[in-house]
Amino acid sequence: MAAIELSGVKKTYPGGAQVIHGIDLAIADGEMVVLVGPSGCGKSTLLRMIAGLESITEGTISIGGAVVNKREPAERDIAMVFQNYALYPHMTVRGNLEYGLKNRGTPRDEIDARVNAAAQTLEIAPFLDRKPRQLSGGQRQRVAMGRAIVRQPKAFLFDEPLSNLDAKLRGQMRIEIRRLQRSLGTTSVYVTHDQLEAMTLADRLVVMNGGHIEQVGKPTELYDRPASLFVAGFIGSPPMNLIDVERIRALPGVSLPASLPAGTDIVGIRPDAVVMGKGAAGDIPLTGTVELIEPVGGESHLYVRVAGLEQIFVIVAQGRTTLTETGQVDFAVPVATLHPFNRASGRRL
Amino acid sequence: MQTKRTTFPNKLLPYALLAPQLAVTLIFFIWPAAQAVKSSFEREDPFGFKTTFIWFENYSRLFADPGYVNSLTKTAMFAVSVTLLSMTLSLILAVAVSRVLRSNRAYTTLLVWPYAVAPVVVGILWWFMFNPTIGIAPYLMRAAGISWNHRVDGNQAMIFVIIAASWKQISYNFLFFVAGLQSVPQSLTEAAAIDGAGPFKRFWTIVFPLLSPTTFFLLIVNINYAMFDTFGIIDATTSGGPNQATNILVYKVYADGFLGLNIGSSAAQSVVLMAIVIVLTAIQFRYVERRVQY
Repeated sequence: MAAIELSGVKKTYPGGAQVIHGIDLAIADGEMVVLVGPSGCGKSTLLRMIAGLESITEGTISIGGAVVNKREPAERDIAMVFQNYALYPHMTVRGNLEYGLKNRGTPRDEIDARVNAAAQTLEIAPFLDRKPRQLSGGQRQRVAMGRAIVRQPKAFLFDEPLSNLDAKLRGQMRIEIRRLQRSLGTTSVYVTHDQLEAMTLADRLVVMNGGHIEQVGKPTELYDRPASLFVAGFIGSPPMNLIDVERIRALPGVSLPASLPAGTDIVGIRPDAVVMGKGAAGDIPLTGTVELIEPVGGESHLYVRVAGLEQIFVIVAQGRTTLTETGQVDFAVPVATLHPFNRASGRRL
Repeated sequence: MQTKRTTFPNKLLPYALLAPQLAVTLIFFIWPAAQAVKSSFEREDPFGFKTTFIWFENYSRLFADPGYVNSLTKTAMFAVSVTLLSMTLSLILAVAVSRVLRSNRAYTTLLVWPYAVAPVVVGILWWFMFNPTIGIAPYLMRAAGISWNHRVDGNQAMIFVIIAASWKQISYNFLFFVAGLQSVPQSLTEAAAIDGAGPFKRFWTIVFPLLSPTTFFLLIVNINYAMFDTFGIIDATTSGGPNQATNILVYKVYADGFLGLNIGSSAAQSVVLMAIVIVLTAIQFRYVERRVQY
């Protein structure tokens, strides 16, 4: 177990394409950090650089206080779970679990003890003598996890490990990974493009975009106070409504409070911050036509067209809604829930 | 229930469609083979006027002949050496090329060229290079203190034909190994690297086992190549000599039948050869393939 520290990490490919533009990140011992971002944002590359599978062009990465830039993956004492599991198809499950221990010259009885313990924890003991092709996707996923935990490494690296599973299994495995990581207390870096997975797993969330870090913080912090337009749009589902201030001002009977910081030209409104009906005094009242209703069960997502605004306004309404499509709806936005942004800088004000 | 079988309205049509292929097979494969089996039971008089049916005498003479037993051992030695040498070298080349990212296409193209050269031409090329009188290789070896003359030294002649025959087969093996290596997922070698296996260990414990279907296939192809397709190379380089040192079975069939004009013995030898192919292939498929599965 160890802290991981990245300072000024950059990656440029031989062709001259720069994919990582200077990342500074300190991951505390035992912490679970999730790197999240759209595809091509460099999150997987960064993870592979920590693992030692990609070279580091500039900057340093240290694990447990020692700079590992020049070390081979094996010498970094990390374990990685791959997206396609990367199980050795010609070995049994036991063979897969033992491989890393054998390579390190672990004594036979300790190998057996560790493999059996991991098999117990992950409930794969009945499959130890099967080949990976005889296992289901979820079982393979467990074996891949097992291969990581038997080694008792300083850190776990997860590269989108759940993206090949169906939605239900993904939910289950997510909980298991969280529980396992908590009980082992091993420092973990987890890469995903799924923001729900990111929110639920992370001690701290790192949102990446175009090779830069957009924001680092607790999931709820990022949700409550997104530092940039990108984070605002990326975190939260359905996504935040980002609306041009000029267009709101131009609506009849609507005025924005003077308390908004100077330079605000876009305001963000979370779909679940909206109040149905006329709202309290001081709220911003809006009216629109319901274009589409998505009943999700406990809540409904309303897609409302407000005359004068260019985009569809998304509202999360709690409980069952009595509204109908093409009907009129009144709603209000409490002023305190507005997120002020500047378009030119893309930052929060 | 839907079946994948095609049904023809006319009962004769399927036979008509199969006829050309069947005709080719019958005329060019089955008929000559049957003729060989028939001739192997016969003896022709020296002037070709009459043939007599002599049961298994051709066979019993064959196996009593020390020259034939010598040819059998030479063939085994030749086939095993060619297979091992060409497969080993091509695997090394394939691994080397797959490690080079840039210009690996150029290397691949260049390494495939030898396969396009006809066996006899291969033989002549090597005949020139190793010619004890005018060749460059003996000249260089003389400088290193080795006296090379495969016209008198049987062992040197054997080494010589093994090198020539392997050289031609390397390109073929190389292509299959390159394709095989590309189908081993990179994440597996990465996982093994993280699991603490060095490059050599990664190759032997992960890549090589996953390559086994390719290796097995090439093993069969190479043994068959060495035993049956090397006639041209032998003929152009050593003609089976010196003193029968490189007289492998397939060359002996030709030498005894067409040069020695002993049709009966030659036919018996080709039947033995056929039996060897059938047995070898059957053994390989039955026993080796089972261990290849993972």
